[in-house]
Amino acid sequence: MAADGTLAAGAPRTAGHGRATTLERFARRRSTIAFMMTLPLILVVAGLVAYPAGYGMYLSTLNRRMTENIGFGNFEILFDSDTFWNVAWQSCIFAITAVVLKALIGFWLAHMLHDIPAKGQRKWRGMLLIPWVIPPALSTLGWWWMFDPSYGSINWLFSVVGGPQIPWLGEPWWARASIIIVNVWYGAPFFMIMYLAALKSVPDQLYEAAAIDGATGLQRLRYVTLPMMANIISITVLFSLIVTFANYDIVRVLTNGGPRDLTHVFASYAFQVGILSGNIPRGAAVSLFMFPILAICAFFVLRGVTRRNKEQM
Amino acid sequence: MADKEFTRDGVSRRQVLRAGAGVLAAGAVAAPMVHAQGTGGTLRCGFWDHWVPAGNGILRELAKEWGDKNRVDVQLDFVTSNGNQILLTINAQAQSRTGYDLMSFPTWEPSNHARMLEPVDDIMGRLIQKYGPVNPAGEYLGKQDGVWRAVPAVSGTQMKPPCVRFDLFKQHAGIDIREMWPAEPKPGPTASTWNWETFAVAAEKCNAAGFPFGLPMGSFTDAVDWVGALMTSYGAHLMDEKGNPTVRNNPKLRTAVDMLVRISKTLPNDVWAWDDGGNNRALISGRSALIFNPPSAWAVAKRDAPQVAENCWTVPMPAGPEGRFQPYLPYFWGIWNFSRAKPAAKAFLEFLSQREQAERQTNTSNGYDIPPFPSMADFKVWETEGPPVGSVYNYPLKPHHNARTSVAMAPAPAALAVQAYNQGLNTKLIARIVQGGESADQAMAWVERELNTIRRGG
Repeated sequence: MAADGTLAAGAPRTAGHGRATTLERFARRRSTIAFMMTLPLILVVAGLVAYPAGYGMYLSTLNRRMTENIGFGNFEILFDSDTFWNVAWQSCIFAITAVVLKALIGFWLAHMLHDIPAKGQRKWRGMLLIPWVIPPALSTLGWWWMFDPSYGSINWLFSVVGGPQIPWLGEPWWARASIIIVNVWYGAPFFMIMYLAALKSVPDQLYEAAAIDGATGLQRLRYVTLPMMANIISITVLFSLIVTFANYDIVRVLTNGGPRDLTHVFASYAFQVGILSGNIPRGAAVSLFMFPILAICAFFVLRGVTRRNKEQM
Repeated sequence: MADKEFTRDGVSRRQVLRAGAGVLAAGAVAAPMVHAQGTGGTLRCGFWDHWVPAGNGILRELAKEWGDKNRVDVQLDFVTSNGNQILLTINAQAQSRTGYDLMSFPTWEPSNHARMLEPVDDIMGRLIQKYGPVNPAGEYLGKQDGVWRAVPAVSGTQMKPPCVRFDLFKQHAGIDIREMWPAEPKPGPTASTWNWETFAVAAEKCNAAGFPFGLPMGSFTDAVDWVGALMTSYGAHLMDEKGNPTVRNNPKLRTAVDMLVRISKTLPNDVWAWDDGGNNRALISGRSALIFNPPSAWAVAKRDAPQVAENCWTVPMPAGPEGRFQPYLPYFWGIWNFSRAKPAAKAFLEFLSQREQAERQTNTSNGYDIPPFPSMADFKVWETEGPPVGSVYNYPLKPHHNARTSVAMAPAPAALAVQAYNQGLNTKLIARIVQGGESADQAMAWVERELNTIRRGG
């Protein structure tokens, strides 16, 4: 491909001149054109991703008053804090549990939908996507009303059937479960739609061949469906892991990190330390702690995808 | 030559550059303070968006009056505190060094942004000379290193005294709270018995009767404030004036913790996750005999549950061994040091802080807004609001209350106190004991470690 130094075909020479100038030739190079066309995207990435990330890293090296550089001081302080390790542990529990549940439920829903005849599939698909299209800050507020132990509808329903009154948001494990429930409710449709698209792209011949070979339903799933969906599963899980790890609104609305900081995740704790408590550098350090964890996850997931692609080629 | 080569439609590159430079220069020259014809300039203000709708209206009215008189175009925006929008706005403007000329700053923000706020000693000097000293908590928060960094505001400033269901209190706790704290400038005959011991006994009795007190124990301000006031009334502080933790071997703190544990055991089991609306809902639903709150909960009850509102009576806080302390959560008005209209901003703030203007703000907020000067605790609105008339008479601190304002985590330096406050360390200390099952020693060791973490890093 000539995206390096060759000239774009058909570019007119400047009228009145026998030879193109160096600048004109430079402007007509394919590599220059390609660069100019990607420049808006580069600027967007630089302005909205690279600069904030770099600024965040810079902030995390400052003292509280932002008058002095203390290197990795904020990270050292965080490593000595019980609350921070509690938040790190909680973030992992929340993200892993929620992503696994979303993946399983999404996978199951996708199969259910895939088996529905095309005519009736659209309305089910639309209905099941509703949680995903409602802004989470809004839907979480609805969940918060339902979870309210004294005035919420869930406990009211329990009381109608003589069930126990559960302190959904007041007791640590119930509060954790509530946050995960809401996150799964919100995120499972995304997995469903991705897996449904992947399922539709699996050639029917593979299933026919498996049927001729006498494969059971479970074997078809194990040896046909899963290998064909492996890449989309990996990418979806990685994407969801990143988004779930960085989740803020659900925790903020439902529990504000309580009780006893036992439902804080990195983003909500970073906000509490950085913005509410006026210690922006330490808040930046908390939020940056997500970066290495997610980078390691991304490395392994993407390496798996690349390896599978090579095997298929 | 090169110019000609880049000419398209007769416009040369140099002409384009020249024109561009001209536009930039014109923009730079025009950027500073805009003077419309016949005015003294523009003053951009970002005020807190009041809970009470009329609270914004009176500021608009006052701004127009002052602006017309001084020929200043006063532009007002109202920034909500919902979702911490006001904190985000303050931080964004501090980082970018651009924005409003003056802003409302919540409780701890003057200390957080002290370096970037224009000193207002001149305004405060004149106001103090005229109206007497500001209440001590207001001074602790607004004055940094001996310099007033912001003017304690009227609009938005609140106290959180007990709002008592006097019918339930009389029936279940045997206390006639209106007789104890009548709507008169003198205490009732039994006022001296209003202490935390009496309070705890009443909490136990009301809980047993199915009307537990609605006291939040999470990390929101309502929870941190009342727990802080109780600790202060026992002389118990988590940090001293220099920011050193004072948790270890602190018998006063231990006594306060024991009392808080005792009271916590009488509360609903979900108070550990209540936000600042939890106590309001408890009162308005008729399920609670007492909450700590400004009159906003009672005001909503007047609309939504009048039978509840008619039985509410606001009284001073119970006293502890070291006195009576009222939770206080003020707003401030501060001027950014990058403002181009500092003289106008100062004049406007001084105008807003005058007694006449303060009373108008308090009146339109139905008595919610508390002026920072104790000498202004005699506004008529607190006597006349009802039903029942006199319900909020004791909302501002009166001389006969023999009480002081309290800010949780004081007297620690504000820069450290704000972190302990926003992380709700005092309520978490109690939660670890009551809900987490830790011993008092374990919980206190934890809070000491957290305080040391806060101290590190400048």
